[in-house]
Amino acid sequence: MKSLGNIRRSFAPWADPDSKPFISFKNITKKFGDFTAVDNLTLDIYHREFFALLGASGCGKSTLLRMLAGFERPTSGEIILDGQDIAGIPPYRRPVNMMFQSYALFPHMTVESNIGFGLRQDGMPKAEIAERVRQMLKLVKLEQFARRKPQQLSGGQRQRVALARSLAKRPKVLLLDEPLGALDKKLREETQFELMDLQQELGLTFVVVTHDQEEAMTMADRIAVMSHGNVIQVATPAEIYEAPNSRFVADFIGDVNILEGKVKAAGNGRIEIAGDDFTVRTVGDAAPAIGTGAAFAIRPEKLKVSRAAPADAAINASEGEIWDIAYLGDMTVFHVRLPSGKVVKTSMLNAQREVENPIGYDEKVWVSFAETAGVVLKD
Amino acid sequence: MTKLGSRIFSRLVIIVPYAWLVFFFLVPFVIVFRISLSTTAIAQPPYEPVFRLADGISGIIDNIRQLSFDNFVWLTEDALYINAYLSSIKIAGISTILTLLIAYPIAYGMAQAPRTWRPTLLMLVILPFWTSFLIRVYAWIAILKPEGLLNQLLLSTGLINEPLIILNTNWAIYIGIVYSYLPFMILPIYSALEKMDHSLIEAAQDLGCPPISAFWKVTFPLSLAGVVAGCMLVFIPAVGEFVIPDLLGGSQTLMIGKTLWTEFNSNRDWPVSAAVATVLLLILVVPIVFFQNMQAKAEERGK
Repeated sequence: MKSLGNIRRSFAPWADPDSKPFISFKNITKKFGDFTAVDNLTLDIYHREFFALLGASGCGKSTLLRMLAGFERPTSGEIILDGQDIAGIPPYRRPVNMMFQSYALFPHMTVESNIGFGLRQDGMPKAEIAERVRQMLKLVKLEQFARRKPQQLSGGQRQRVALARSLAKRPKVLLLDEPLGALDKKLREETQFELMDLQQELGLTFVVVTHDQEEAMTMADRIAVMSHGNVIQVATPAEIYEAPNSRFVADFIGDVNILEGKVKAAGNGRIEIAGDDFTVRTVGDAAPAIGTGAAFAIRPEKLKVSRAAPADAAINASEGEIWDIAYLGDMTVFHVRLPSGKVVKTSMLNAQREVENPIGYDEKVWVSFAETAGVVLKD
Repeated sequence: MTKLGSRIFSRLVIIVPYAWLVFFFLVPFVIVFRISLSTTAIAQPPYEPVFRLADGISGIIDNIRQLSFDNFVWLTEDALYINAYLSSIKIAGISTILTLLIAYPIAYGMAQAPRTWRPTLLMLVILPFWTSFLIRVYAWIAILKPEGLLNQLLLSTGLINEPLIILNTNWAIYIGIVYSYLPFMILPIYSALEKMDHSLIEAAQDLGCPPISAFWKVTFPLSLAGVVAGCMLVFIPAVGEFVIPDLLGGSQTLMIGKTLWTEFNSNRDWPVSAAVATVLLLILVVPIVFFQNMQAKAEERGK
């Protein structure tokens, strides 16, 4: 069976027409004065899903999260959580908890009291609070730091306290606002996997806001790519990467070469596009009108650079000249200048330590790709 | 070389404030303390001289022999002084609490105001300082006197039938102190509240705290350093306040500042008034030390 990317686990309630969404944003609009932060947005999130809202700053992702937490009220539209419209419920009565970007740990309380804060609000008996706090400290591996103040902890430890505090009340949904933004790269990568494991273990619904596409790709079951208060595409990381629905998404996630041209032929699951440098033949069910403009997106690692001409040099292949080379360790990136002057980016995995007769600057090469390697963008 | 130079420089920098304190606080205090150990005399100034260096060492020893703590004993024997101290502390304490109750909401409102408004609001708080303190206290006489502005207003609206007697009572003193010292309370509280991260309040609400409870559990404890600083800045000068009780208070108002003034000017008893001033200083040192301890602890917490 073929599928896009390497699928992590068989969890896809969104593909099942019978499953009901756990969180539904219905025609949500949020305006701040003249500025529209979220524009008539509709989105479903399922139970036990790890969902990422991804976008550049100002795209409305944080506003959406804050509406879910209750700090902002939608100007219009409904937010349904577990079958209940929560638009009018204040934040302190919502069954969701948030982990703040700044962590927002109470500086005048110890780690223990921070974690137990929400439980004390609920009037839980003291012994139970102590037990729950102990569990939480164990979960985030901070048992020996219980009596410290937040200022006496490192950034990574504070992040864990914030996480433990937001999980202590066992919320229906955990909201994470740029949860790893303040950590350095190595710690961030480790913590991404810890968060995934934790989400699996606890069986909770996580909604994370991030501007870091790698973070979203690593952790999320599905990603909503947002721009200007709208969701542009909601899909699994593999779909977002391999089958972006628009120029924006293709460009936003990872590196991409976009080849422009005119539709030459379409039908039978094939589309042919005539461009300046390439005649593209690709798989595709859509049947755009012959002669209309089309954009074909292909990722750098799916372009092949070779000295020898491919078997069929007329289709999906072009001559070019090596313009720039960047050696990145795990791979080498070639910028190849095509006859029209367009420069495409290609990357090659460095599977071997030593390369015989490597491709050098200014060399004439062939750039080619397979019929299934790219995707025709819809706009 | 540069290291040595900078070390000398940093020593010099530290010497400046210490030298200031020695010359303008410690030396005058020692002189006042010495006067308090002297006795009155018909002379100019009206007490037995402090030191007569001309008499040599025997003269100084003789001088030291003459020192007496009689003035301090006298303070404990006459109930007037003890009552004046207690009454001053009471008036200053009540005024401080009233000031806090008024200043906190103002400071809170300022800290919540849009960022662009804050400099203006801060300016408005400081604005009264541009007029002389004495003139502002005099203005309160015009407002509070039986035929003053306040009574005219209340009578004309029909809220009262007879003028309220406020002037020359302790209430007038409270009003005067609260009014005069309000900025000293607002500013430190505002600075504590303004620094606070708003997401802390959101976090408290997110964890199930209604807004009022979030205020008492998060906002207030975090502004405590500002509250303590403000209370000290109001309480300490209010205890020794002279102008406000003299102008607004009545003849029955007993405050140590007034007592000191009477002792000094009417009785011309410099040694006793010096003793009164010394004891006042000691009374005030206690809250100052307490305040400094609080700050040191808060700083330690910050680390």
